[in-house]
Amino acid sequence: MNQALAQRLSDDLLRPMLHTSWRFYALVACLGAIVAMGIGTWFYQMYMGFGMTGINMPIYWAFYITNFVFWIGISHAGTLISAILRLVNAGWRRPVTRCAEVITVFALMIGAMFPIIHLGRPWLFFWLMPYPSNRMIWPNFRSPLVWDFFAISTYLTGSVLFLLLPMIPDFALVRDKTTGWRRRIYGKLALGWQGTTKQWHRLESAMQIMAIAIIPVAVSVHTIVSFDFSMAPVPMWHSTMFGPYFVAGAIFSGIAALIIAMAALRKFLHMEEYLHPIHFQNLGKLLLMMCLLWAYFIFAERLTTWYGNEQSEMEVFRVTQRGSFAPLYWTMIVCNFVVPFVLLSLKKLRTVAGCVTASFSVLVGMWLERFLIVVPSLSHKYLPYTWGHYRPRPVEIMITVSTFAAMTLLYTLFAKLVPIISVWELKVGEHPFPQESPADVRQHPLWKAHP
Amino acid sequence: MKAVYALYAEPDDVQRAVDNLRAAGLTEPEIVVISSEPIEEYEFSRRDAATWLYWIAGGGGVIGLLFGTWLTRMTELAWPLPTGNMPIVAWWPNLIVIFELTMLGGILATVITLFITAKIPAGEPKLYDPDVADGKILVGVENPRDASVAAIEQALRSGGVADLKRR
Repeated sequence: MNQALAQRLSDDLLRPMLHTSWRFYALVACLGAIVAMGIGTWFYQMYMGFGMTGINMPIYWAFYITNFVFWIGISHAGTLISAILRLVNAGWRRPVTRCAEVITVFALMIGAMFPIIHLGRPWLFFWLMPYPSNRMIWPNFRSPLVWDFFAISTYLTGSVLFLLLPMIPDFALVRDKTTGWRRRIYGKLALGWQGTTKQWHRLESAMQIMAIAIIPVAVSVHTIVSFDFSMAPVPMWHSTMFGPYFVAGAIFSGIAALIIAMAALRKFLHMEEYLHPIHFQNLGKLLLMMCLLWAYFIFAERLTTWYGNEQSEMEVFRVTQRGSFAPLYWTMIVCNFVVPFVLLSLKKLRTVAGCVTASFSVLVGMWLERFLIVVPSLSHKYLPYTWGHYRPRPVEIMITVSTFAAMTLLYTLFAKLVPIISVWELKVGEHPFPQESPADVRQHPLWKAHP
Repeated sequence: MKAVYALYAEPDDVQRAVDNLRAAGLTEPEIVVISSEPIEEYEFSRRDAATWLYWIAGGGGVIGLLFGTWLTRMTELAWPLPTGNMPIVAWWPNLIVIFELTMLGGILATVITLFITAKIPAGEPKLYDPDVADGKILVGVENPRDASVAAIEQALRSGGVADLKRR
């Protein structure tokens, strides 16, 4: 490729790492303070006991499990989308993949924290791990909670590796472009990467295999999260469609999170030359497709319940459609369907701003959807004398808010320490195609898709 | 380590240099090409394309599958605990754990094989030039025989306009 272009790509994409403004420190300090308050609140909850939360009989799952499902859903933004786009050789994916994969790793880490926070006694978390205790009792593999442990561990391991492997050549680039302590640190992170033809082939083959492997794992993760609900004989949980319904919702919210992250990078790191409106339009179309799929699932779920007219299920149906949860339910419908459908189906409105507005709306709607799956069913089980109410307490609200701050903080720090757009993958996208190119490569000139 | 290498700006020149080195009698493993991105469109970059990685990943998956089957079955039989009217060895739920461990086995086998075959982690790269980071492509020969150094330099020079270096 043109050497001047290579130089410009490297300089542009490494600039955020090498130059720091006071705004960065201010943002980190602000977010760090919120995260510290969240951690402090969690310790307070551990010290005072679970009575500090609004969780009480019969609603034992509330904000924390809502957050768990929400964040695991957000994690579907990255690795899954990146793997699919990599496999179909979508040229426009190159500036997007790393932004997306990072979301997966951090969202999974945050999501996996919530069952531990929800335990009340987090130091007993290791009971979920498959090890023989001193009485040789192993975890019960027939419990969906143990399935969660295996699914999330596998997905987190795969996603971290899927993120880290293509970062090695970029670490080598930073090693060569910097001096002093940065050169030493990035030299270690580069693992002695040279860039021989053999290394490139092995890396690309490994990424191909990882992409193939990670897609079914990603689908399994949210299906298994849905099994936490659908394996239980609770009204409106015990449904065979919960698996695909949860997966669709996860991809829906994941794409929304990715669009917001990309817009933030574009705005604050001045990546306008790399994150083009066409990227937002393409992701906007994907978001629209998932919006319609989500609407299809919610209609199928509601219609089946209504037509079946089973008494206990109809109580949950009524309380969400017309009862105390109705304001939240209809807000969810507006946020998840009306707003994104209007903004994304009209080409004129499918701008960067339109996609970002729709994405914020979807995130609010999907959080409400998770809440409306968890709480109304638990508060209206089969026998009316067990019905109850739930109101979140400040402890739960503070911990929830702090996880959003934690996500933003981790993403900000990552963008500061690592090239947030894969430099070498972007360079590959700029290659011209000589006559010696294999026919299948010539037929798909990726550089045309990357203006 | 002794090395003779040249830096090129264009992959066409690299292809010519590699062809000239072959004509000078050097074998494929002796010729090193280093770049800051994969250049799949040229013949020189496809020299090392053959790999067992896909089969090894599959093998890792099989090991994961066998381990998952052993772990679930062994632990259920070690402390037979009737749960929800399910059999002691309950294959339906076990399949979930077995699936996850199969995929984990495949992923780990892929990464371990990548590290071994790409020879990473390693120390500082032996044959390398920081200009590669600026888009130049390095073609070189490590530890050449003294008698062949002149022929190698000639082959590298005739590849095109090159920045010839010795180490």
